[in-house]
Amino acid sequence: MPDIHDEDSYEPHPKPGVSHLDYAGEQGMAVEQGTLVERDVEKREEARSLWADAWRDLRRRPIFLLSVALIVLLVLVAIFPWAFTDANPRKADLVHDYLKRPDWTDFFGAGWFGYDAQGRSIYARVVYGARASITVGIFVTAAVTVLGGLTGMIAGYFGGGVDAVISRIIDIFFGIPLLLGALVLLNAFTVRTVWTVVLALAVLGWTQIARVMRGAVLTVKQADYVAAGRALGAGTGRLMFRHILPNAVAPVIVVATIALGGYIATEATLSFLGIGLQEPTISWGIDISSAQKVIRTAPYVLFFPAAALSVTVLAFIMMGDAVRDALDPKLR
Amino acid sequence: MGSYVLRRVLQMIPVFFGTTLLIFLMVYTLPGDPVVALFGEKAADPAVVASIKHKYYLDQPVWKQYLHYMGNLFQGDFGTSFTGRPVSDIMADAFPVTIRLALLAFTFEVVLGLAFGLLSGLRRGSVQDTLVLLLTLVVISIPVFVLAYIAQTIFATNLGWVTPTVQDSTDLSQLLLPAIVLGSLSLAFVARLTRTSIGENLRADYMRTAVAKGLPGRTIVSRHLLRNSLIPVITFLGTDLGALMGGAIVTEGIFNVQGVGNVLYRAINTKEGPTVVGIVTVLVIIYLVASLLVDLLYAVLDPRIRYA
Repeated sequence: MPDIHDEDSYEPHPKPGVSHLDYAGEQGMAVEQGTLVERDVEKREEARSLWADAWRDLRRRPIFLLSVALIVLLVLVAIFPWAFTDANPRKADLVHDYLKRPDWTDFFGAGWFGYDAQGRSIYARVVYGARASITVGIFVTAAVTVLGGLTGMIAGYFGGGVDAVISRIIDIFFGIPLLLGALVLLNAFTVRTVWTVVLALAVLGWTQIARVMRGAVLTVKQADYVAAGRALGAGTGRLMFRHILPNAVAPVIVVATIALGGYIATEATLSFLGIGLQEPTISWGIDISSAQKVIRTAPYVLFFPAAALSVTVLAFIMMGDAVRDALDPKLR
Repeated sequence: MGSYVLRRVLQMIPVFFGTTLLIFLMVYTLPGDPVVALFGEKAADPAVVASIKHKYYLDQPVWKQYLHYMGNLFQGDFGTSFTGRPVSDIMADAFPVTIRLALLAFTFEVVLGLAFGLLSGLRRGSVQDTLVLLLTLVVISIPVFVLAYIAQTIFATNLGWVTPTVQDSTDLSQLLLPAIVLGSLSLAFVARLTRTSIGENLRADYMRTAVAKGLPGRTIVSRHLLRNSLIPVITFLGTDLGALMGGAIVTEGIFNVQGVGNVLYRAINTKEGPTVVGIVTVLVIIYLVASLLVDLLYAVLDPRIRYA
């Protein structure tokens, strides 16, 4: 019976370095022929591992470079927002700044993107809002990868009854849509910070990674080098983390990178619905939500946080896409 | 085949109970007293609170509440909301609206998603391929609620083609815009999935055979290529129907569609336990049935898959 849910489009990769034996042999021949240097360089290129190969491929992709540059910039903005603006995102001047239009001459100044309905600088709020989104995205993804990766690994490696139980637990959590579950969970907290949201999304979101990991481990564990490792007396831990994990982790990385963008969007949606982050946390979702009231007269109040949010999600999805293309040998 | 279906249905039973228990625990054990919340700012009379709790079985331990709820559920009784209306009544009003909306969105995403996927997958690296990739990337990265506002501003406020909010949910032309917004994210996924899948299958041996024996292009694409490429797409679509109904929360809110999403959002906010559990239970059932159907569809699409 095929267990179709676990299917993903990745195949296990042959263990890098398997060809080292004949590589050494031919190298010996090359010495006899006296063209050691040239042959050596050529051969070393052929013996590249999957990761080196993917890295080589990625460095040549403009989309990958662009998305990495964007992500680096966003992370810098999230860590050091004060380096990007002098304006105070919480300073509200209803008398002078109420819904003031964007002023393009005020380059990188407080009035660059205009002011919102409470007379706060939209540019400053866009800059300071990056922290919440990036934190939620990165920490949820980290938590989900560890939690889902471990359960998926255990289910796939041990199989049998362990697998049956874990798979049913995965099914149970998978049946609850992320947004719905998060709404119910978060509604129980009257005070919600970034970490509450991280917790809720991680508790509900780990199943996707677990399924992918389980599927990858199921195929990888049948490989000859795993049998060889076991025959040589490697223990469970060593087999799992030294032999299987490095060869099963590629699809997990791809799914996790793409999911990161999704978590950022989910956080914004929750904040937008009023059940995610709360003031005084500065969040693009909250700002978009409060911009609804003035959307007809001052669309720029909605535009800038929405654009920042979209660009952030876009950057992570583009990076995930590029990494998948580089790691998936079927698309070569 | 028969024994496979039986086994799958048996597997669904623990999942059904597990998911409903999980949602039950989330609604009833997390902090925040729904009965006290009913009184709003006013101080609640403890005697009244106790009698309401007794009426709704809330004074019992959670596991008893759950068994009680499940016992009633199997007799078709979803309980009563705190406003006194039977939950099944509320759902009978809301579900047809959301089902109409979701089916409309589903049709939109399947038809256009497959078309775009084919268009770009068959000609990788062409202008149309790049265009589809760019468009889907943009749609994926713009959150649904922003997309909803953009669509509302352009098509309702500026062009005046449709009403900004839905007044009559039986009128499909009014539901069209919310459905497009709701289905757009899935459409992008379907298009990309189809594209990748077609790209992988184009190089398969059976494709070369089909070309070599001189089959016309249309037959190759529809009988051989598409049929084989659809499997991952069907997997996605199966889980997506449930996701569309759950994801309708945002779209229904913005377009004022009086469906499940709207009712559910209000119920979550007011801690209307019975309504939340009832609706989510039905959504879980829809999801489970859809994934069973998907598994059975595999055998139809790919004769190599046989369920013993």
